[in-house]
Amino acid sequence: MNRTNPEIPVVGGGVVGLSVALGLLLAGRRVHVLDGADNDARASQGNFGLVWGQGKGWNYAPYAKWTSDALAAWPAFARKLVDLSGIDVALNQSGGFEFFTDAAEMEEFAAMLAQQQRHLGNRFSDEIISGDDLRAQMPGIGGGVVGASFSQMDGHVNPLRFLRALRVAVGAAGGRVTMDAPVARVAPATGGGFDLAMANGQIARAEKVVLCAGLGATALAADLGFSARVAPQRGELLITEKLHDRLPFLSSTIRQVDEGGVQTGGTKADAGLDDSETLDVMAGLARHAVTVYPPLADVRVVRAWGALRVMSPDGYPVYAHSSLYPGAYLVTCHSGVTLAPLHASVLADWIEGTSAAPDLEAFDENRFAISTAA
Amino acid sequence: MSAAITAADGGLRVLLLDEQAQPGGQIYRNVGARLATHSWLGKDYASGLRLLDALAQSGVTVQSGATVWRVDSGPRVVWSQNGISQVTTASHILLASGAQERPVPFPGWTLPGVMTAGAAQILMKTAGMLPKDAVLAGSGPLLYLVAAQMIDAGCPPKALVETQTPRMMLRAFPHLPKALLSAGTLLKGLRLIGKIRAAGVRRYKGASSFAATSDDSGMINFSFRSKGRLENLTCAVLLTHQGVILSTHMSRAAGITHEWNAAQVAFQPSCDIWGATDRPGLHVAGDGAGIGGAEAACAAGTLAALDILRASGHISANTRNQRAATARATLFRTRAIRPFLDAAYAPPAEILSPPDQTIICRCEDVTARAIRQGMSEGAAGHRQIKSSLRAGMGPCQGRMCDSTVRGILSAGNTSRMGDIAPPRARTPIKPITFGEMAALTTHSEDTA
Amino acid sequence: MKIVSRFQPPPKTGATAEFEYEGASITAPQGISLAAALLAHSGAYTRQTAGGDARAAFCMMGVCFECLVEVDGLPNTQACMTEVRQGMVVRRQIGLRRLNGCNDS
Repeated sequence: MNRTNPEIPVVGGGVVGLSVALGLLLAGRRVHVLDGADNDARASQGNFGLVWGQGKGWNYAPYAKWTSDALAAWPAFARKLVDLSGIDVALNQSGGFEFFTDAAEMEEFAAMLAQQQRHLGNRFSDEIISGDDLRAQMPGIGGGVVGASFSQMDGHVNPLRFLRALRVAVGAAGGRVTMDAPVARVAPATGGGFDLAMANGQIARAEKVVLCAGLGATALAADLGFSARVAPQRGELLITEKLHDRLPFLSSTIRQVDEGGVQTGGTKADAGLDDSETLDVMAGLARHAVTVYPPLADVRVVRAWGALRVMSPDGYPVYAHSSLYPGAYLVTCHSGVTLAPLHASVLADWIEGTSAAPDLEAFDENRFAISTAA
Repeated sequence: MSAAITAADGGLRVLLLDEQAQPGGQIYRNVGARLATHSWLGKDYASGLRLLDALAQSGVTVQSGATVWRVDSGPRVVWSQNGISQVTTASHILLASGAQERPVPFPGWTLPGVMTAGAAQILMKTAGMLPKDAVLAGSGPLLYLVAAQMIDAGCPPKALVETQTPRMMLRAFPHLPKALLSAGTLLKGLRLIGKIRAAGVRRYKGASSFAATSDDSGMINFSFRSKGRLENLTCAVLLTHQGVILSTHMSRAAGITHEWNAAQVAFQPSCDIWGATDRPGLHVAGDGAGIGGAEAACAAGTLAALDILRASGHISANTRNQRAATARATLFRTRAIRPFLDAAYAPPAEILSPPDQTIICRCEDVTARAIRQGMSEGAAGHRQIKSSLRAGMGPCQGRMCDSTVRGILSAGNTSRMGDIAPPRARTPIKPITFGEMAALTTHSEDTA
Repeated sequence: MKIVSRFQPPPKTGATAEFEYEGASITAPQGISLAAALLAHSGAYTRQTAGGDARAAFCMMGVCFECLVEVDGLPNTQACMTEVRQGMVVRRQIGLRRLNGCNDS
């Protein structure tokens, strides 16, 4: 073992784990990413690829600011990924819509955006556009759309290529990634450090450990004195055959992947660990698609799926270090794509405790203890 | 068809949903049209007419051109016909999703002019169309059958290029005594081979290293190695075949547990002798439950229908067992030959794990090289290959590449393929438009 | 260069349907699939992939999606699952499909 620069195991090889690993590698640390089994719940393989700020943190300034920092950091991060991996993740940050078919809902959302604006000042701007103006700007928008909000900072990437780019980039930066290496338990070792018990029976000793295993982290985290409980929230999605033409818009529920397929999603359900796609939700997503943009009516859906979001009790990220067992870190969040540029940079400073570390106190898990006590 | 008839005869209301324009499946495809050209398709094919007549008299509601795109617990089935989708609930659903030909990937298999032997047979059955100047390549009973049918139609193939090696025959030999239980089938096979020999069709054996190119006139240049020599054949149509595999999209999407069938080098739904699965209300039968051919499929359909009649209280378990005797004997007899056929016509390693430049996923143009590159990046399962390379994400939803991706993941080693869990099948199992999905209406019908 | 059909023409008995394919008029027996009719007409490709590869009908049973053509304006239609119809207008599927009502590119 390299005594001056021991290898840090990162448990979880999804978007969050790989981003954190990349950040540590770029900060000069040695990293070993341990990924789970092929059939584990994998939010990173089922998500929508949004790089999105609209509405985020309207009620929690630290999250609004953290998200805003991430959006600003994305262009440079995407270039760095190309340099490291040779893979273009197709970042397109030319602005995104939130479409409404219900005027009251739109008003409510506009009020939320106004509050988000107050947190962010000149770092955020949004526009509320009436249905008629939308239709004038973008022929094809359906008559049932009463209006939309628009924010210039919003965008998206190709989520699957992003995951692959991260994996290749971690390798290129000198990190090790072991796939199909589920960690069964992480136990604090006597005299400091941690013993990672692999599902295959092997034990690995480490000075530090970073848990980024999404829904799989809960059981591991409890052993290390963490109290945060993340829960699965099912989202369902549809993807169509590829189109030659470009959709004239990006929205939080309808987007076109750079390869041509149109994805719809954004549903929320508590269904435990069941990631099935359900008929009613599929029909609802299809109705939404043809309501917002009727030219989609003859476009074929080739696949529907469910994916499990990793949700903390208040929906915001958790960045916590174990007070009981120093050296153990828990990183978990729903918006792993949006926040990736920060996870791959300043989060390493936070883990290393350098002077450049961001203040992440607002995202500690103690916020849940306080709210429970209150 | 067989199950529907048995169930309807037993007093159940039955709805038969079939994707094709006429009932008959792929084996008895278009048999009801009674085309004059059908004479050279042989007696076995014509025997499908008996089933078709029985179906017509059975009182079964037949919906042709009906594509099932989802099977739910409940159970209920979602199906599309003429651009309209409907939901039908039932106390029992029997999935008889049949089989498809095993994809035979090699460099050039995507060229116009390269087709499957089964496709040529469908053209004979449905349009009376015969391939001109054709070479048949691969192995398996269907290859010989198509060759014999072409000979009878006066349009013999130019050559038969067989991947079968003497070693495979040797491995099949221990299964021969059991196979003699289906001596009829064996004899039929021998007669086919005799016919091909008598017609003077050139045969190449132990063939490997398939590759095809085409020229400006569209002719296919097919090269391969046989007995240590590089051979070249020019033909208008290259028809390949390497046995059939189960169509499991429907059964996997329905959540039924699947198990590896090592002899057939394919996954199949787990079920008991009646075709009952681990999902309540769902039975499987026919080739979709285990490759066995037409006779076996009929028998399995009868058994499943009898079990559904028992489960719905129409007959007792005793009656079911008594009435099942003939079908069970048929199933036993017809399946007896499978170990022999499976061993004799096993897919060669180069088809399961083809050379680098071969396109594996035809929809997304993913090559074997790209899949091996994905493996070097750490991908160890279907899902990682799919999510990092898009193999299996096109409109065919993996039907043309899943089996090869599995082959490449296990480096052509069949003994390791069963360890690779089959990919998740999601709905819709056939593409459906947004508009059709949006207009979905539920209507309940009490059927079997 | 014209590529002649790789198949003997279907027997000419019974009713026929006439349809248009890439500007040519084709007569085919009623009841056969569009894919069969196109194979009887020519041995050439019927679709081009996004990457420009030429493809034609392959499995004839609705599994492989290689026989995709545009039928009466509907792109990516499986020719092997479509019966020939009098008066239908068929075109090759060239590259990715277009979005109907979106002709600006």
